[in-house]
Amino acid sequence: MSDIVIKAENLGKSYTIGHQAERGRYLALRDVAMQNARELWHKTKDLLRGRPIVLGATQEEIWALKDVSFEIHRGEAVGIIGRNGAGKSTLLKVLGRITEPTAGRVTIKGRVASLLEVGTGFHPELTGRENIYLNGAIFGMTRSEIRRKFEEIVAFAEVERFLDTPVKRFSSGMYVRLAFAVAAHLEPEILVVDEVLAVGDAQFQKKCLGKMGAVSQEGRTVLFVSHNMAAVQQLCQQGMVLSAGALSYCGAIGDSIRNYMQDVKATVVGTELANRKDRKGSQWLKFTRVAICDGLGNELRQVMSGENLSIRLYYQARGEMRKASVNVAFNVRSSSGYLLLNLNSADSGQPLLDIFEHGYFQCDWLRFNLRSGVYDCTLFCSVNGEIADWMQSAFILNVEDGDYYRTGKLVDRAQGDVLVPCSWASQPGAK
Amino acid sequence: MTSPASPVIDASTSRAEVELVLEPGRADKNYWIDLWRYRELFLILAWRDIAVRYKQTVIGILWAVLRPLLTMVVLAVVFGRVAKLPSDGDAPYPLLVFAAMLPWTLFATSLTDASNSLIGSANLISKVYFPRLIVPTATIVSAFADFLISLAILAAMMVYYRFAPRWHIALLPLFTLLALLASLGPGLWITALNVKYRDFRYVIPFVAQFGLYVSPVGFSSGVIPEHWRLLYSLNPMVGVIDGFRWCILGGNSPINWSGFALSLGVVAFFLWLGIGHFRRMERTFADLI
Repeated sequence: MSDIVIKAENLGKSYTIGHQAERGRYLALRDVAMQNARELWHKTKDLLRGRPIVLGATQEEIWALKDVSFEIHRGEAVGIIGRNGAGKSTLLKVLGRITEPTAGRVTIKGRVASLLEVGTGFHPELTGRENIYLNGAIFGMTRSEIRRKFEEIVAFAEVERFLDTPVKRFSSGMYVRLAFAVAAHLEPEILVVDEVLAVGDAQFQKKCLGKMGAVSQEGRTVLFVSHNMAAVQQLCQQGMVLSAGALSYCGAIGDSIRNYMQDVKATVVGTELANRKDRKGSQWLKFTRVAICDGLGNELRQVMSGENLSIRLYYQARGEMRKASVNVAFNVRSSSGYLLLNLNSADSGQPLLDIFEHGYFQCDWLRFNLRSGVYDCTLFCSVNGEIADWMQSAFILNVEDGDYYRTGKLVDRAQGDVLVPCSWASQPGAK
Repeated sequence: MTSPASPVIDASTSRAEVELVLEPGRADKNYWIDLWRYRELFLILAWRDIAVRYKQTVIGILWAVLRPLLTMVVLAVVFGRVAKLPSDGDAPYPLLVFAAMLPWTLFATSLTDASNSLIGSANLISKVYFPRLIVPTATIVSAFADFLISLAILAAMMVYYRFAPRWHIALLPLFTLLALLASLGPGLWITALNVKYRDFRYVIPFVAQFGLYVSPVGFSSGVIPEHWRLLYSLNPMVGVIDGFRWCILGGNSPINWSGFALSLGVVAFFLWLGIGHFRRMERTFADLI
């Protein structure tokens, strides 16, 4: 039993957020004055009680983590996976002592270093050398420890020539490499890593993965959060799946990933969005539902590459407008976490659209060109330049490979996510 | 937790002992030990502040000389020449002003820097754990560096005026410490409040400007009528400034001891308030910032 390094019991973390009351279309000065007076009174009350001030007429408690219990053993590499907003980052923040849990308890044996973002605390005016010392100290290394590893860090980051240049003159690649190098040379018993591999070139990412693998082989524990399933699978033996703040699966990494994909697929077509709270923007216009239809308007459960798709984004608005300056957009992320595409109305030549109190925007995606898999889409809408609604992971596209080129052939799936119409020819020409 | 204090050799032995329990509302028992463990971070942050402050300035360190010197000239002219206020004993008026400028600048700079420190390191606080108390206290060190430069100017001025210090000067470090503590208390309190209510960032520049005239910087506290002295000493800087003058000008500036004790009490009160409030708020910084 002494081998358990992290033990969480019924861990919970809640945040209080406020909602603005629904306002009518016409505002009387008197109403505004009353509203402001009420808010001021609430603020004063909160201030006197020493509670955080929460704006808005109604308050709501949101549990980012709820009733999470698990045990992690020494030397394990654990991948934490889940959709955006499932509570992964909150969990890491609690484990890294950055924020305190609201309920439950965690017992941690050993030193924890959390790498929630590389380059934390880098100062642009300081040189590479100075930043290595600064960053090391922030992560809890002593000067002698850093001095001992200095050469190693510099060699790993491949920035020997720029040691005495202020990091503001670094390319973003150099910056990230240096930052990761410092972090990778920490020697904590427990290393907590959040999505650092989303940066840097492929070669450097490989190097980072290798380094983290080495860390876990030395008998230290690694917690790794990523949307990159390939990286998680490569690095971790164990997995934890978080879903809406709760631990939905815990076990071997292969099973965890399958479980996660199942979880993602469960929320398939005809996604209801009206009750989702994890959205930003004024909510003047609010997405309520997404339907993915074929060319004839029939709703689809699954889409096939090569088909003509109509994606209908149903919404409700607080008013009607003709030829409003609207930008509707969604972007598409592959299951390995890469942002593949952004489709938006403004760039594609429809900067002015009508808005109804209830209606839908339709995006026609002719000859749908993504390969098989599950794609995660983020929805966005701005009206007159102001963000009206913005929701991460609003809906997913569940795709099967189809006969895209009408040749009955399609190259191996591992060759990429996107299909592009193309034609080939052969011509004689100059040497 | 990452403890830089324990050398790598004993990491294996200490490994089993370090057990950390995270629970809501649990005041960290090891807080002060942790603070000591992170002393290197304290030094490095202080050094960073000093290094960065002068990196992109043309005349660099000269700013630390010019600022107090020019302020001193203005105050000495306005209060000494124009208003013709009396000096303490036979001390030259510029010396009287500069002796007060020393603690006042130290106080104002460290208060301003400390108050903005947490907001300024928002990215650190939301990403890494370390005892947060390090951030505001480290900024005070860079204010102290400026203070040392001013001290050199004072020495030069004393040579110029052929004014020899007496034994009192030996107590100057004590009063310097007092000035630091006087700024640390409100500094901690306001920086913690600043995380929650950004209004406070407008308060501090005002306090720093206003305080220059309310505190006896440009004039001797001897010009305050005797029956108001005690009330006047509620301003903690009155005690500190009187102390500085007493040290530097020797017997020329007598200290009003009951007033001094009162100032001391106010400093202690703010320190208690500041540290207490900071510690209570500290746990929620990462959520609020």
